[in-house]
Amino acid sequence: MGNKQTVFTAQQLDAYQDSNPQPMAVPWSRLFHRYRDLAPQLVPLDYTSKPDVKLPYELIGSMPELKDNPFRQRIAEVFSEDGEGNMTLDDFLDMFSVLSEMAPRDLKAYYAFKIYDFNNDDYICKADLEKTLNKLTRSELTAEEVRMVCEKVMDEADLDNDGRLSLEDFQHMIIRAPDFLRCSMHHIHLTSGTSYHCKRLCAASPGQMWAS
Amino acid sequence: MSEGEMTRLKEEVEEKKKLISTLRNKPWRMRRRLECLKDAQQFVEKFEGALGKGKGRKLYAFKVMMTKKWIKFNRDFENFKTACIPWERKIKEVESHFGSSVASYFLFLRWMYGMNLVLFGFVFGLVVIPEVLMGLPYGSIPRKTVPRDEQAKAMDFSVLFEFGGYCKYSFLFYGYYNNQRTIGLLQFRLPLSYLLVGVGSFGYSLMVVIRTMAKNSNEGGDGAEEGDFTFAWKMFTSWDYLIGNSETADNKFASITTSFKESIVDEQENQKDENIHLRRFLRVLANLLILCSLGGSGYLIYYVVKRSQTYANMDEDELSWFEKNEVEFVMSLLGLVCPPLFETIAELEEYHPRIALKWQLGRIFALFLGNLYTFLFALFDEVNAKLEREETIKNATIWAMKEHYSNFSELNNSTAITPLSINPADVMRGPCWETAVGIEFMKLTVSDIQVTYLTILFGDFLRALAVRFLNYCWCWDLEAGFPSYAEFDISGNVLGLIFNQGMIWMGAFYAPGLVGLNVLRLLTSMYFQCWAVMTCNVPHERVFKASKSNNFYMGLLLLILFLSMLPVVYTIMTLPPSFDCGPFSGKQKMYDVIIETIDKDLPAFLGTLFTYAANPGLIIPAVLLMVLAIYYLNSVSKAYKHANNELRKKMQMQRDEEKNRRNNKDSTNQVMKDLEDLLPKKSPISASAKENAEVRSELGDKPSKVSQKPGAVATGRGVNLQRDVSLAMANPRMAVTRPPGPRGPSALPGNTLQVPGGRGRGRGQNPRR
Repeated sequence: MGNKQTVFTAQQLDAYQDSNPQPMAVPWSRLFHRYRDLAPQLVPLDYTSKPDVKLPYELIGSMPELKDNPFRQRIAEVFSEDGEGNMTLDDFLDMFSVLSEMAPRDLKAYYAFKIYDFNNDDYICKADLEKTLNKLTRSELTAEEVRMVCEKVMDEADLDNDGRLSLEDFQHMIIRAPDFLRCSMHHIHLTSGTSYHCKRLCAASPGQMWAS
Repeated sequence: MSEGEMTRLKEEVEEKKKLISTLRNKPWRMRRRLECLKDAQQFVEKFEGALGKGKGRKLYAFKVMMTKKWIKFNRDFENFKTACIPWERKIKEVESHFGSSVASYFLFLRWMYGMNLVLFGFVFGLVVIPEVLMGLPYGSIPRKTVPRDEQAKAMDFSVLFEFGGYCKYSFLFYGYYNNQRTIGLLQFRLPLSYLLVGVGSFGYSLMVVIRTMAKNSNEGGDGAEEGDFTFAWKMFTSWDYLIGNSETADNKFASITTSFKESIVDEQENQKDENIHLRRFLRVLANLLILCSLGGSGYLIYYVVKRSQTYANMDEDELSWFEKNEVEFVMSLLGLVCPPLFETIAELEEYHPRIALKWQLGRIFALFLGNLYTFLFALFDEVNAKLEREETIKNATIWAMKEHYSNFSELNNSTAITPLSINPADVMRGPCWETAVGIEFMKLTVSDIQVTYLTILFGDFLRALAVRFLNYCWCWDLEAGFPSYAEFDISGNVLGLIFNQGMIWMGAFYAPGLVGLNVLRLLTSMYFQCWAVMTCNVPHERVFKASKSNNFYMGLLLLILFLSMLPVVYTIMTLPPSFDCGPFSGKQKMYDVIIETIDKDLPAFLGTLFTYAANPGLIIPAVLLMVLAIYYLNSVSKAYKHANNELRKKMQMQRDEEKNRRNNKDSTNQVMKDLEDLLPKKSPISASAKENAEVRSELGDKPSKVSQKPGAVATGRGVNLQRDVSLAMANPRMAVTRPPGPRGPSALPGNTLQVPGGRGRGRGQNPRR
């Protein structure tokens, strides 16, 4: 590890740990260095004076954990203070701590709701559902199919029948989902931070997957 | 400061402390959390000191400091524990490429490794190490020495590989252990420890499996049926956030799209069962075929085992390798060939993939179970044969001893008889059936390891190489058509792991070295399979989730645990131990060592206590009590399930009603208006308004109570309900159920109870009186 100048005071570290839901699956200094590596010239090494630094959304969205995620823009917007996707270190740490596997389900459900609420009106309406579906399937479904699916979802999940999903409806539906906990990222590759060199013999051609 | 102020301050301090501890669960921004934390901490620090003033302040401050240090220590320990989990990065890499179902196999493997490591620690630390360090060394007594006639070949690799020669007479097997009651300076009671470790490993495994099952079932989906939220779950949970690879992401997008299209088609299609008779016939045919193959495999094993018994009577040198290992070979072959056969036959049945998977798992389970128990019965025959031989040898040795004594006294004319001094290698030996059983299990495990690794090497690796490189010069596209790259067979691998563990549990009592072998096997398996999966396999095409199957596998493991405990417990209780090998030699039954310990080592009153406890008059009532407790818990859980269903039905009814109400609002409103005109006008509005206010305040409580649940945000919810309430006031449908009766004072609490539908609903609270 070598000699590093103190990035945080001990007090700051303690404060971060106390307000964080997970035990340190990933040491804070590593997360900080991931953050810094995105833009070394913008982020100072010394955080003891609590500088006010924001990284623009383009840098956040290019992280390997997020770049393939269809909801990366919404994730960045939800966790950023200004709602535009520009994240301070606090926001960054927040994001990773909520998306980690040790965050409690209810917390995840709350943030999932905010992510899927595209127009930020505290309800998931039909338009939000359509946007979600199109992002998920990369707009491969026809308009008729999209409409049908959104109607089915609304039918299934809307408990108070107001035509849109409130937080309660969403939580009621999502807490029971067996796969809900897969909505988390915990493989923060801390050393490379770049591509995953899969030493695979089979660089599977996309044709194989799509033809079925 | 007065008493009242002190208590109030104390309460506030406690509140702030609670806030600090629950801070991490609140869905706030990091900055807000940090500020709140700082405020709360300052407050607590400022006033904690004040509270401590004048009443043993120093002690209080000391306690506070110690608590803080303890919390910090705990936190560091948690961090350390999380950092210590092995193979985390490797598994995450597999997960990002293949999704979480494949990774769940590796998580299961890691869990098994942990459990086996603990078992290994027990066996090694409490049985092997004491015997090796404090017991007699090799060569000192007959059981620890290779017999003279085997010594010539004892070091040959082929003999060692079969676990004969020096292996057989080492600490790896039961026969090596001496039956001395206490050994060494510390008076370590080895036979007792052997028995307790043997039984204790089952107990520990049982505890661990049940604890994991309980943890899984708490996390799992509680109560919602599978069909309830199909589309909603597909939309919100199908994206695998663990994917970090654009190729896998492409696959994921494709599979999500396909899955949606399939569900849409399912939904649109009517349930027309085209030709249900053909389908039924095909299913019956498929089941028949599979039963035939199961029966065939059972018979094959039986036949091979019978043949191996005749081979056992023949001379060893005349048999080829194949004939010597026929049983293991056939069992492994069946385990390889039958599952794909079952899968092909199952295509006749045309079940939904999830159901088909369950059938497949059940059939493979039946196959493995049949194999295992046939193997056991064969082993049992062998044990009985050995027991008979032992009787003759025991009599022979006793006879020889008596002869020696009589000759000695005859020849030397003295009564002081020196014991026979023969080189331990020359002493006549009994057949030692326990070591033979241990050797069988070891051989089975080793052949299983070989088969698994060879399958991966040939089935996956060479196949991938062939597909990749032959593709350049082949007529059809090898990658897209046959044979293409292999997919990772999750269920087959998991079942294999479970059955191997069953064999380990069975064999560990007779071969303490087996657990060590298994630990090594799991360790190498992890690295080998991780490499193989990343190099030779492709992600699955089908997207359906077998996600509740985690507890399913644990349930299978539990079943196997019980099934493997049975033979061991049976042998401990009924079969007599060999007379000249192992820690229980010389006793009538293996558990006699416990009785001996109670008699000799424990104080007298404990002995009488145990005799009383073992009294049937006490045991039968205890068993009866446990049966009653089980029955009671079962009926309580049934009642809870029933209540759960009722509540769910109620909720469903509520939703439907709400839907109907909205749809029919216009039509019924008119009816209500007409009725209103008919009824007497004795201030119905004020009464209903008051009741509304009551019920609204009641409802006002409900949303806030509901929102007390962690994480829920309590702002907009209550408003919605109240709006609904006011709507309901204009359109109470249930008024017509009761004729207008005498209007009583509406402020009585009893009135609200008469609202149909109960207080909880709070709607239609306008009873016409």
